[in-house]
Amino acid sequence: MNTTGNRRTSLRLTLLSAAMFAFGFALVPLYDVFCDLTGLNRDAAQALANNTQVDASRSVRIELVANVQDGALWRFAAPRLPVEVHPGELVRVEYELENLSDRPLVGRAVPSYAPLAAAAHFKKIDCFCFREQHLAPHEKVRLPVLFVLDRGVARDMKVVTLSYTFFALGKRT
Amino acid sequence: MEAVLPHGHHAAPAGLWRWLASTNHKDIGTLYFWFAATMFLIGGLMAMLIRAELFQPGLQLVRPEVFNQLTTLHGLIMIFGVIMPAFTGFANWQVPLMIGAPDMAFPRMNNWSFWLLPVAGLFLIGSTLLPGGAVAGGWTMYPPLFMQGGISYDLTIFAIHLMGASSIMGSINIATTILNMRAPGMALMKMPLFVWTWLITAFLLIAVMPVLAGAVTMLLSDRNFGTHFFDAAGGGDPVMFQHVFWFFGHPEVYILILPAFGIISTVIPTFSRKPLFGYASMVYATAAIAILSFLVWGHHMFTVGMPAAAQLFFMYATLLVAVPTGVKVFNWVATMWRGSLTFETPMLFAVAFVCLFTIGGFSGLVLAMAPVDIQLQDTYYVVAHFHYVLVTGALFSIYAGLYYWLPKWTGHRADETWGRWHFWLSAVSVNVLFFPMHFLGLAGMPRRIPDYALQFADFNRVASLGGFVFGASQILLLIVILKCLRGGEKAEARAWEGAEGLEWTVASPAPYHTFTEPPEVK
Amino acid sequence: MRLGRQVLWMACWAGWVQPVVADWALNLPAPKSDIAVRIYDIHTLILLICLGIFVVVFGVMFYALFKHRKSVGHQAHPFHEHTSVEVIWTVIPLLILVGMAWPATRAVLDQKDTANPDLTIKVTGYQWKWEYDYLQDGVKFISASSTPADQIANQAAKGPHYLLEVDEPMVVPVGKKVRILLTSHDVIHAWWVPELGVKQDAIPGFIRDTWFRANEIGTYRGQCAELCGRGHAFMPIVVEVKREVDYQAWLAAKQAGKQAKAVAAAAAAGKSFGPAELKARGEKVYAAHCAACHQADGKGLPGVFPALAGSRMVNGPAAAHIDRVLHGKDGSAMTAFQDQLDDADLAAVITWERMAWGNTGSPVQPTDVKVLRK
Repeated sequence: MNTTGNRRTSLRLTLLSAAMFAFGFALVPLYDVFCDLTGLNRDAAQALANNTQVDASRSVRIELVANVQDGALWRFAAPRLPVEVHPGELVRVEYELENLSDRPLVGRAVPSYAPLAAAAHFKKIDCFCFREQHLAPHEKVRLPVLFVLDRGVARDMKVVTLSYTFFALGKRT
Repeated sequence: MEAVLPHGHHAAPAGLWRWLASTNHKDIGTLYFWFAATMFLIGGLMAMLIRAELFQPGLQLVRPEVFNQLTTLHGLIMIFGVIMPAFTGFANWQVPLMIGAPDMAFPRMNNWSFWLLPVAGLFLIGSTLLPGGAVAGGWTMYPPLFMQGGISYDLTIFAIHLMGASSIMGSINIATTILNMRAPGMALMKMPLFVWTWLITAFLLIAVMPVLAGAVTMLLSDRNFGTHFFDAAGGGDPVMFQHVFWFFGHPEVYILILPAFGIISTVIPTFSRKPLFGYASMVYATAAIAILSFLVWGHHMFTVGMPAAAQLFFMYATLLVAVPTGVKVFNWVATMWRGSLTFETPMLFAVAFVCLFTIGGFSGLVLAMAPVDIQLQDTYYVVAHFHYVLVTGALFSIYAGLYYWLPKWTGHRADETWGRWHFWLSAVSVNVLFFPMHFLGLAGMPRRIPDYALQFADFNRVASLGGFVFGASQILLLIVILKCLRGGEKAEARAWEGAEGLEWTVASPAPYHTFTEPPEVK
Repeated sequence: MRLGRQVLWMACWAGWVQPVVADWALNLPAPKSDIAVRIYDIHTLILLICLGIFVVVFGVMFYALFKHRKSVGHQAHPFHEHTSVEVIWTVIPLLILVGMAWPATRAVLDQKDTANPDLTIKVTGYQWKWEYDYLQDGVKFISASSTPADQIANQAAKGPHYLLEVDEPMVVPVGKKVRILLTSHDVIHAWWVPELGVKQDAIPGFIRDTWFRANEIGTYRGQCAELCGRGHAFMPIVVEVKREVDYQAWLAAKQAGKQAKAVAAAAAAGKSFGPAELKARGEKVYAAHCAACHQADGKGLPGVFPALAGSRMVNGPAAAHIDRVLHGKDGSAMTAFQDQLDDADLAAVITWERMAWGNTGSPVQPTDVKVLRK
């Protein structure tokens, strides 16, 4: 029997399985790349679109939603009324965050969009979600988001949701 | 050729040590079968308990959290503890015999890959005794639910690592054996189809078991080391786990069915007394299914909310799988066409496989349609679908293969009368068990629930009754095998009139060492 | 659709099925939205095609099984290849599949089209209840299963909507496009109403949307469709579809009720109750919010959910107990109830816990709760 041949074949197959193990982990950054390409789950500042002209011929209603994972610790609120914006227009809205507890807290907001197709058209110039939030006991802060909904947004997309979920950090659930 | 070997060469070492330290492919194959049988008993008893709880509405026997443990363990045990080891048992016994090799390429690694399994099985089942009970988050282990469990969840991850390592080593062994140790003259396109399907399965296992290992390693690290792969709070995404899991999970589905195709493609020609129709297209179809399996994982996730383009891609890719699968069914029917058919027990199971697996295939087609899947995702329709594929598909093929090769392994023919009883009871009750689940799913019953609304009561009762009969019928198989081991009608070297292949050129039972001199294949 | 139904009856010829009994439902429920109708029709179409193929292929096979057996003296014809046949049975299924996929493709695009809704409702999954938030109208409530525990435990006769009934259903107007925004507070859930053809996973930290437009007034029932722990079977969804005027009336009542409730809560918060009154109210609150984990008998589930009967905290000073219920416990399944219940309900349920199952804690008044709120 050809033992060197066996050894060579098995070595190759072992390498293949090691490569696939690495690939399993590589799916994590690959998934992020995919999300960036499609605009899902963006959490970094985006350059403004080249054409910043405002399309005043139509407007989109942007619903602002706030979710909080640890309701005991925080109060996190979105502006109650939706905002009407023209594509290309620079918009500023403010969320509210309050530390309800007696100790300093650190947390972070994670953005999410609906419908999924809207995500690619949200250009955030500045957002509180880029940074961790440090709050002293019972401190209350206003958190601004500055964004443009670019002109590429589909004409039939008339309602878009911008949602943030606030998580406490430094605590294992 | 065997006769010229010195007598001492045939003798197997005696006692417990023979089994613990065995490097003989036949002994290890046998070990795999007994392991699978033990786990089948345990997983089967869990299924009986599940069906008993679901016999009528209301909570009777188990509490909801215990029910979730039962369904989770039932899934893990049946997939990783029964179907996969049983197919590896077939590969161990049959691949060397069918390609004219004296043993597997790496006999000691073979021993090692088997003995990892009982350890993993013990961890899995032993975890039921830990505080908080066994893992209860479903065999798919989706976070964040999987983050909520106790120590048994970590133990389960460890068990999955062990079973994965076992599968990967076993597959490297099988693939190397097939690629390098074929008898002179046995070109790849002359290999028996069973060997082909296992070669492709081995490559699938080598490609995807490490991905599963990676996914559960990330879970373990999220649970214990403060990483945030799947935790939105730390910038991760729970949906990403589903992508990684199903990137493993869908090829895994074909890992569980391709060797079945191989067995059926061996049994049907024998009892049709005709060569397999479309050998080449069978090989290509198997390869095509394997390749497509890497492109369809998203169809398990139609309801997580993916862009329409992604849904359409996964829908079309999934529909494509039906083409090579259809080719296989047509080829089996064409093999029987104008044959000279007899219906011994292996053939009965093979014919039932072709019919009932096709039902599972059709419900798969229904589920592949993204809009319909939105309605049926996570319902009993899905439960019906994958049990048709895995029970009347994979399990029935294992039965067909057992009845077919038992004479070669034990030297005795299996008792036909008991075998027929086993077949008819199983074939009827399995349909009473699983067919009503289609209706339950369509009517809106979610899966993985210990209690249900009143309109689902009737079919659940029917399914449970079918389940009890099916479960009890499997005792007949055990009796057949024990009878076969203890005696019975002597089998000739070629145990079946129409059987072709190298395994039928050695004596029955197959001597402890075979093909120490490679046979010549023309 | 009618034809499909008939064929289905025929498909179920097998003896154990008696389609005359209403409960032996064989098909998807009667669809009540355009998307659900499309799903129903696509399913019927595929089923018919599959049945056709099944009959042809297995007709051929069973013909061979009967005519080409050795026992009737049939000789094997050892052919094993036929290229043109093989090409035909590769190409024809491909064409059939494309034919099947076409209507499905259009349905996918429509299912994903959440543009131009008349109404948006945010739905949040909790272990194990749903929260509905009518974003534009300021109405927000929790909807939990209202099936009594004794029915589940087989100690009482089961009601007609066993496990499919809630304390407060979601209400929507008929014929209006309702957009559902889904997220989850803890693990993944799935919001599913079969008759409306809508199912969408709720994922913690992310928001997903879907939509439906109900064609008919009625009550439609569904369930959580993604395994979410021990209460997975017990978090139903009930959607009441009303006429626009009725919907507006419901909305107004809801808004007024919210104010009235706030006034009542404020009044109750200052008032003090007798222990019997507190216990009676507390027992109800306990059944709705606590019994899923801590169990009706207060014994919890060893290793998973702590027992309240005989618990050190429950029998100890009231302040620690109130704090735990108000603010939950980090890193455990115990949620904070301060946003879900008012002072009077909290005082009642804490009192119940402290005085039931042989516990010997002191009763608690709404004012005690109020001072500990943060």
